[in-house]
Amino acid sequence: MANKISDETIEYVGILAKLELSEQEKEEAKTDMEKMLDYIDTLNELDTEGIEPMSHVFPVSNVFREDVVTNGDGSEDTLANAPLKKDNSFKVPKTIG
Amino acid sequence: MAKQYETVIGLEVHVELATKTKIFCSCSTEFGGAPNTHTCPVCTGMPGSLPVLNKQVVEYAMAIGLATNCEITRVCKFDRKNYFYPDNPQNYQISQLYLPIARNGYVEIQTGEVKKKIRIHEMHMEEDAGKLIHDEWDDTSLVDYNRSGVPLVEIVSEPDMRSADEVIAYLEKLRTIIQYLGASDCKLQEGSMRADVNLSVREAGTTEFGTRTEMKNLNSFKAIARAIEGERARQIELLSEGKKVIQETRRWDDNKESSYAMRSKEDAQDYRYFPEPDLVPVIIGDEWIQKIKKLQPEMRDEKLERYKKEFDIPQYDAEILTASKAMADLFEAASAICRNPKKVSNWLMVETMRLLKEHDMEPEEIIFTPEHLAQLVQLTENGIINSSVAKEVFEKIFTENADPAEYVEKHGLKTVNDEGELLKVLQKVIAGNPQAVVDYKGGKEKALGALVGQTMKAMKGKADPGMVNKKLRELLK
Repeated sequence: MANKISDETIEYVGILAKLELSEQEKEEAKTDMEKMLDYIDTLNELDTEGIEPMSHVFPVSNVFREDVVTNGDGSEDTLANAPLKKDNSFKVPKTIG
Repeated sequence: MAKQYETVIGLEVHVELATKTKIFCSCSTEFGGAPNTHTCPVCTGMPGSLPVLNKQVVEYAMAIGLATNCEITRVCKFDRKNYFYPDNPQNYQISQLYLPIARNGYVEIQTGEVKKKIRIHEMHMEEDAGKLIHDEWDDTSLVDYNRSGVPLVEIVSEPDMRSADEVIAYLEKLRTIIQYLGASDCKLQEGSMRADVNLSVREAGTTEFGTRTEMKNLNSFKAIARAIEGERARQIELLSEGKKVIQETRRWDDNKESSYAMRSKEDAQDYRYFPEPDLVPVIIGDEWIQKIKKLQPEMRDEKLERYKKEFDIPQYDAEILTASKAMADLFEAASAICRNPKKVSNWLMVETMRLLKEHDMEPEEIIFTPEHLAQLVQLTENGIINSSVAKEVFEKIFTENADPAEYVEKHGLKTVNDEGELLKVLQKVIAGNPQAVVDYKGGKEKALGALVGQTMKAMKGKADPGMVNKKLRELLK
């Protein structure tokens, strides 16, 4: 494999994704990511000179909603799976807003 | 000699748009609902839900872009900004990084006599986050997603400002433009307009920028000015001690008048943006732009010039009347009814401004109708009530939108034009105040004032003070 993912990179990506990986998982993730980067290298071999970057996979644009309220009180469904709740709100560990 | 430093400031301004529904779902944006009542699977990030863009959000964003001389991006799209925080149920915010809706604009500001252009780098559409409330009782945080998905436009300026005064002038300019467009009410206290300040200092005369910090949690113009002064002093002190400014986000505490670093290195600011796959591109053609341009109302600067010409109103008065669209609309409507713009202007400039200040209100919160103000002007001009009664009636108009004609009738406040009755009272007052009469006749003009006062009191304020004055002089000749 041409691309190498360093220990620092996998550590950093882990922090960003809030994942705690075991040593074995880290090695596996490194191999997976290296394969992905290699695949990107393959794609990069294509000559894309003069081709407009694609902004979406579907050839569709301008899908809109009108500004009209049609949803009612959704709190019961929203809170249905809350592990902890209080006063119609999700209860989470103390966070400084 | 101590080194001279220059402050370099750029602003990120968030404006909450005045739509009825959220940006990607049909939940209400109304303020003050019970927690989580304005939520659905889309704005709470449930798997499999599909966001659909609110057309009004695009039109408000275009209107703001056009009014600030921006180029509208013909093909614009959304991106995901990834971060973990309990106020963000999706673990990403839908925003625009690569193709924001508008770019390369400017607004002109004035500080003192100096005019200056502040350039706008770009503005983009995005969704607001939920609200966290700290629960003192069991030391946890409570999350309410009613704000989650409320549409925002973020306006990013170039680092063109050099002082707190310029920053405030820029913010006031943006606020007036956006309020005139009706795109947001822009209330700093309530968070519908929020500003983050990017600030660095550099030695005067140099062209390279210093390391900047970003300051958050600024919810009044005063807090912004204090935070700028505080951060400028902090950075200069670091540099003079030979230390370095660290690029970081700081949170301003206005009570302590100091800031502290918000994020540690553990929470690296790396948002790993990528294109939002659930939303299709927005393509904006000439026709749509022309349509939005046509809907633009008369903006403040044009209105100001027109008031001076059309109503012969001085510059200062025109500035106050046009400072908010609510006030300008009230002025124009009331003037059209009573055809006395000078008097209407007077009521707005003096009594309305005084009462707004007293009640700690914004012009947008005025409840009285232009019809009632116009009626009051007519009642006064036709001599039906005198000016002190008019003030009393105006307070009732201001506080409860009272109908002035009805109020005057009900409380018997009409000026008494019955000369016979006035003469009777005057004779009584003269008889009861011999000392004042002697003083007046001896040349003390002030003594007449006391007699006028006594008469007005006896007539419960319903006499015309000018008439009382005139009659008294005649009687005491």
